[in-house]
Amino acid sequence: MPALLAAPGAAPRRAPVSSIALVDGNNFYVSCERVFRPALAGKPVIVLSNNDGCAISRSNEAKALGVRMGQPWFQCRALQARGLVALSANFALYGDLSDRMMSIAGSFAPRQEVYSIDECFLDFTGVPGDHRAIGRALRARLQQWLGLPSCVGLGPTKTLAKLANHVAKSAERKPGSYPAELASVCDLGQLAPDALDALLAATPVAEVWGVGRRIEAALQAQGIATALDLKRADPAALRARFSVVLEKTARELRGLRCLDLDDQPGPRQQILVSRSFGDPVTRLDDLQQALSRFASRAAEKLRLDGQLAGAMTVFLRTSPFRPQDAQHSASITLPLPGPTADTRKLADTAVRGIAQLFRPGHRYAKAGVMLLGLEAAGAQGAAQAELSLELPEDHAGHSRPTRDAGRLMASMDALNRRFGAGTLRVAAAGGGGHPLRAGEAAEAGRARWGMRRERLTPQYTTRWGDRVVVRG
Amino acid sequence: MYSLPYPLHPQPLQPDAASRPVWQLDQTLRAGFPSPALDEGARRIDLNEVLVRHPEATFVMRVAGDSMREAGIDEGDTVVVDRAIRPAHGMVVVAVFDGEFTVKRLELRAGRPRLLAANPSYPAIEPREGQTLEIWGVVAHCIKSFVPMEGKSGRAG
Repeated sequence: MPALLAAPGAAPRRAPVSSIALVDGNNFYVSCERVFRPALAGKPVIVLSNNDGCAISRSNEAKALGVRMGQPWFQCRALQARGLVALSANFALYGDLSDRMMSIAGSFAPRQEVYSIDECFLDFTGVPGDHRAIGRALRARLQQWLGLPSCVGLGPTKTLAKLANHVAKSAERKPGSYPAELASVCDLGQLAPDALDALLAATPVAEVWGVGRRIEAALQAQGIATALDLKRADPAALRARFSVVLEKTARELRGLRCLDLDDQPGPRQQILVSRSFGDPVTRLDDLQQALSRFASRAAEKLRLDGQLAGAMTVFLRTSPFRPQDAQHSASITLPLPGPTADTRKLADTAVRGIAQLFRPGHRYAKAGVMLLGLEAAGAQGAAQAELSLELPEDHAGHSRPTRDAGRLMASMDALNRRFGAGTLRVAAAGGGGHPLRAGEAAEAGRARWGMRRERLTPQYTTRWGDRVVVRG
Repeated sequence: MYSLPYPLHPQPLQPDAASRPVWQLDQTLRAGFPSPALDEGARRIDLNEVLVRHPEATFVMRVAGDSMREAGIDEGDTVVVDRAIRPAHGMVVVAVFDGEFTVKRLELRAGRPRLLAANPSYPAIEPREGQTLEIWGVVAHCIKSFVPMEGKSGRAG
């Protein structure tokens, strides 16, 4: 339907003020597994959360079988008879492929915000050329270089880019839901105004970024059922009845840029805490202190949302804007010893992770942590939730395990008293003072916490011994 | 590569060294645009820089089987696979055939792909009707180890 697109040159259209892309991997965890197990192509596949609790990623075929997001494994286990393949979450693999994906995506635009393990925003503002063509090239590169399918949504604002991605994905997966030419790569900025409005009218308001299911009902009661309704709602009324955040969302739907990169309208699926350092950081203990703080902050957010994390990605990088400096950018994804919101475990993992990444002689400009595999604290049963959530709230702000060995020891002692001697040896003892490798941490976690990871695939890209076997 | 017969990067003159300007040239230079890394002094050779042209697109795999023996790829070797390289006739590739990874030499004749073994006891693989052959990546290097890779083999140690 070429009529949908504004004919170039038909009307003197202003050059787009801004153009933002959201790049999103399709069924990311499942897609990562398929890269190294090609026999899983076309089959119903799900990835289970830590402890093999519930489905956190589903192939399209698994969706067609009726597996819901977050559905407990015991409920869909019977579908194995119909070919369903279930795998334990292999966060080391997903973290590495995510890192590669973000690095590739970042090379396509001057500015990038990594939003979650499988999503990033790119800011094409000021970049000449057809941004949709750039989006297609990026998508093709992710497919060719990594074997990962993705969709790209483009729009003048972050909210519209996010919506464009939803359109691109839906049109690809469910033919007929949106015009077919918007599948895979969709630029809402290139749509004629009435075509855009028709599309917004076909989109439930709950699909708009930042509109949670919770306020959906309240919006419905106000007669705001679609994205178009929200776009046309009176901003002042939205602010008065709901929030300034929702007002901004409505303005963004109109194409007015209210959110910059790193601004968010709502809760995240992954928790990312990172910072660019004012001055380059060159010492490991400074980095560890920073990472410990980031992890503490992430733990606070996690508890606030009533969630537990299954794994943590730690990353650091030098400044690409200082080409005279030796460049180093690295990340590592470490499984946590059981789903947790415990500040001490998270801080400890971050501190160990950064020690593995750090290379002396570099001037580090940015570092951070990202929590993955989030699940509701209730999902793993009351005992686990209590274990993780009962910590005093004020502990988080004061955690400095690297510098304050006494405090760390006191924490360890307290934990060991409560949960049995050796509980906290997981982190410190394994490698005789050397940091644990990710795989060892996973094994230690399995052994000590009785983690169920019966379906774990090898760490193909992060452990030498786990290399894929190719028949010669 | 050749050395320039004259200095390229004079260091700034220090007031107290005015009588003895320092000219420094301790690098072999590539013809063309001078390397901006010149000022950093010598860096140890990094095999990653040599073996990994596209870091994001590069993966390692372990070879099992002897079908590529005459191409120098033996059981237990590690192949460095670069997915950013466009597969072409004559290249050694990792392909997916019947859902399995296989390393073979790619033959493209009249647009029809075949996978050739480098060992006379293995037949060529030719996709028939309804079969799919996917080129997963191009084998850029083969690493052959003559000593155990201690501490690198993961579980086994």
